[in-house]
Amino acid sequence: MPTQPLYRKLRSERRSNSVADPTPSTAVDATGAEARIPSTDLLGVYRMMVTSRVVDERCLTLQRQGRIGFYVPMQGQEAAQVGCTWALSPEDWIFPAYRELGVALTRGVPLKLLLDQFIGNSGDALKGRQMPNHYGYRAFRFVTASSPVGTQIVQAVGTAMAARRKGEPIVTATFFGDGTTSSSDFHSGLNFAGVFRAPTIFFCQNNQWAISLPREKQTRSETLAAKSVAYGIPGVVVDGTDVHAVYGAVAKARELALAGGGPTLIEAQVYRLGPHSTSDDPRRYRSDEELNAWKAKDPIARLKHELLADGQLTEEADHEVWESTKAEVAKALAASEAMAPVQPRTMFEDVFAHIPLALEEQRDQFEALSAPGATKP
Amino acid sequence: MSATEPVLVPLEYQEEELTTLIGPDWADRLLHAYRWMVLGRTLDARMLGLQRQGRIGFYGPATGQEAVSVGAWMVSKPQDWIFPGLREQLLALARGHSLTTYLHHLFANDLDPARGRQMPCHPTAREVHYVSMSSVIGTQISQAVGTAYALRHKRDPSVAFAFFGDGATSSNDFHAGLNLAGVLDLPVVFCCTNNQWAISVPVERQSAVAHLSEKATAYGMPGATVDGTDVVAVFASLNGAAEKARSGHGPTMLEFVLYRMTPHSSSDDPTRYQAKDWMARAQAHDPVRRLEDLLARRGALDEAKRALIALDADGEVRGAIATAEKVGPPLSESLTTDVLASPPAPAGTGSDGS
Amino acid sequence: MTELTLVQAVNRGLFEAMKSDPDVLILGEDVGVNGGVFRATEGLLKEFGAERVIDTPLSESGIVGAAIGMALYGMKPVAEIQFVDFIYPAFDQIVSELAKFRYRSGGQYPCHVVIRTPYGGGIKGGLYHSQSPEAYFAHTAGLKVLIPSNPADAKGLLLTAIHDEDPVLFLEPKRIYRSVTGEVPDGDHRVPFGLASTVREGSDVSVFAYGAMVPVAAQAVDALGAEGIHAELIDLRSLVPLDEKALLASVEKTGRAVIVHEAPRFCGYGAELAAILAEKALYSLKAPVVRVTGFDTPFPYALEHLYLPNAERVAHAIRTTAKAA
Repeated sequence: MPTQPLYRKLRSERRSNSVADPTPSTAVDATGAEARIPSTDLLGVYRMMVTSRVVDERCLTLQRQGRIGFYVPMQGQEAAQVGCTWALSPEDWIFPAYRELGVALTRGVPLKLLLDQFIGNSGDALKGRQMPNHYGYRAFRFVTASSPVGTQIVQAVGTAMAARRKGEPIVTATFFGDGTTSSSDFHSGLNFAGVFRAPTIFFCQNNQWAISLPREKQTRSETLAAKSVAYGIPGVVVDGTDVHAVYGAVAKARELALAGGGPTLIEAQVYRLGPHSTSDDPRRYRSDEELNAWKAKDPIARLKHELLADGQLTEEADHEVWESTKAEVAKALAASEAMAPVQPRTMFEDVFAHIPLALEEQRDQFEALSAPGATKP
Repeated sequence: MSATEPVLVPLEYQEEELTTLIGPDWADRLLHAYRWMVLGRTLDARMLGLQRQGRIGFYGPATGQEAVSVGAWMVSKPQDWIFPGLREQLLALARGHSLTTYLHHLFANDLDPARGRQMPCHPTAREVHYVSMSSVIGTQISQAVGTAYALRHKRDPSVAFAFFGDGATSSNDFHAGLNLAGVLDLPVVFCCTNNQWAISVPVERQSAVAHLSEKATAYGMPGATVDGTDVVAVFASLNGAAEKARSGHGPTMLEFVLYRMTPHSSSDDPTRYQAKDWMARAQAHDPVRRLEDLLARRGALDEAKRALIALDADGEVRGAIATAEKVGPPLSESLTTDVLASPPAPAGTGSDGS
Repeated sequence: MTELTLVQAVNRGLFEAMKSDPDVLILGEDVGVNGGVFRATEGLLKEFGAERVIDTPLSESGIVGAAIGMALYGMKPVAEIQFVDFIYPAFDQIVSELAKFRYRSGGQYPCHVVIRTPYGGGIKGGLYHSQSPEAYFAHTAGLKVLIPSNPADAKGLLLTAIHDEDPVLFLEPKRIYRSVTGEVPDGDHRVPFGLASTVREGSDVSVFAYGAMVPVAAQAVDALGAEGIHAELIDLRSLVPLDEKALLASVEKTGRAVIVHEAPRFCGYGAELAAILAEKALYSLKAPVVRVTGFDTPFPYALEHLYLPNAERVAHAIRTTAKAA
């Protein structure tokens, strides 16, 4: 047995002059919360989860067919994403990672606009500059995602501080995975939020795998939510396949943040049913048994059973939900694929507010060389 | 309040307790510790004076933090690795780094092992496994973890000690280092010297936690808050953590709460941001005086011995200064050596007219 | 007009910006109660309160990341990195995020953050309080990079930066924070970007410098007047965007160029200037371009006076260039 280190414990009360004032926090609450999604909303929630699944499956196929270049699936995380976003106000700012299809759809981002981004065509608000899934739409208060993991976390804290300073009663919600808890911006973001009591919800979807690294090799901490202790903020673990539990935890965190009680770290335990991305083969690092165990907890099936049980849904109506969604996706896809490609000239835009002379020169050279016959001797 | 002499908070150890915690030779060991602490204190006072006279360029004192360096000296073995912060030079000296060599470094002269390349108080003491430090906060923490991994990999039963301040707990490398050490269960002891100030930022504004040691929870390792001005508590807690690491039971984070009794560095003016009673509280927790008081009450130190120790320290420091100040600056060819093992091209390549 | 030091001019610029625009706020380490370790933010906490002058934890990625979030929301944050040597933990936020937000969002999310940070050697700061890493940032598309060399430009460029639409890295030559004083226009004084300034007119050799190297180069140019060599000294002050016209016009006139910076030579900013001259002014050149720079080594403590270009080295380079056939 290791020797118990001797130490003189100092006073354990919070410091009286702490800027983060003395609310009892730091306890990790694993009980979930009371608030439930209003029963009249449930079919809408279900439809949104189904839409996420249908788009996801469609896009995996599109990538295999070479119709989009890359895709990051989110299957298994529908309840976490839709449930969380359902508890937010449309005015709240969202700082996503690159796996937040359900969040974007729930926020109201039109399907065609998303597909335009996946294709990178002239309808893409991002002008075809980012890989698929890295979309963002200012009108929906949904910030463009980055590929470096975690950078959005501390940005969300900055926006929350700015919104509070401007007197706008909103929260910022930032989404990230289990692997991101090891990033420097997780550390700086949660620390800043603790010190400045920023109205931010840290929504960690622990899908158990950071590409090939399992959760238990990511960190030794008992839960990811327990990391909140290090920042003096509350942390909550929820079953991320239970849309009610997710909604309840987020609603409670939002209420706390708006009341001036500062941020909350929520760990939604889910499972990534698909690969990390279309470039990944998860059979190299995880077992079918594990996958099948989680498939049995499919969040969509779980909500469907609830709806069937309380009579809001029948098998026939469910079939209709899936079929109509597929038709909707097919229609949006056809419209998206009919769009013209993005104009090469746009490559030189938006580096700065106004194009600098040196870059203008490069653009003109590029255009002169792109003209028919320009490179012929 | 600041006008009256602050009442020292005494160390309340009985002889039996000291025997249990330190051993039957506790009096000798603590007296030896006391000598080092006095040397550190003397050095700080002299060097701050020299800095003000323009004889050295910079100084980062450790006054108020001596108990941690000396406690770590009592615990660490020669083969252990030390990754210091700005205020652990006393640990290098106690582990056997020559005071004169350290003074060569402070004067940045030609006999400085690092040839005057670093600012003062950034010594390199490879012979005592004391790694060259950076002014950049926290970078040594993840490095210590890497060394701990190598130690275990090579079946070396040594431990890496990483020292850093309260401000460094906000740094990227604190997060990266503790997380990795936790996942891999490495033989490293994280020693946070919480002197309650990151230059002007008080620890309450550094983090919303009540105790920085609570951060250990986030990495699945034990953490404890220790009175860092009590050399006995420092020794006992470090000893436990080091033995735990040595026996393969993984890392520990210790937070030593103490008082920065001087400016952050010779470039800082704390009257701009510290409350007036800060120094009185600090003096009540002066680690040197607390140990001196304990030793006196337990009959291990009398006035004559105390005076002799002070005199010895003064003489040693003066002697080392006199020797080091005579040495000239580094030779100019040292400007271009040690950049790489073998330079890619002559450093003069190019067209500088000079 | 008021006679100010360079650091006072920075302080006055921040004051003006905060007074005229409530969306301007400052965040960084020791910027509040302590007024900044160089006192650049002195008095601002008292004037504008802790909501707008924010003492942050010790985390550069936190400072820059939070500033980005504030800017996305429409604030105008001015982040201070205590020494540019400590900027690297925030490199990801600056290079991957700040510089790319506008572009990656198709123009939806401009991200206007000003990062102020002291750079350069000459204060006995050793490896970690002396660096000149401007080339890393100038190389990053989407960032503007400014380096003033005198109080009036410090205030004027800073105010332009704070009211600009793009992210700006504002490097302050700490070596001349207090050693250089000058008349600074009061009020909302602005110096436009992309405009070099001619410090000395001449016809024999063009000397290009910025920041703390401007007074060094001026000393060299002045000394050479006695030898009958009339060099023209151009202070670039805006590295991105660069005043290429001024660069070319001067070399077309003189046919000779000396470039001075304290950063290491290899892939330093001077390499870009030399490349532009090679591409666009080769036929005007009568002599090879000469660079006077720091060495390709880390920045030393004891021997910094030998590392940094001084007036003698610059003068020697000008003389050699002027006499080259």
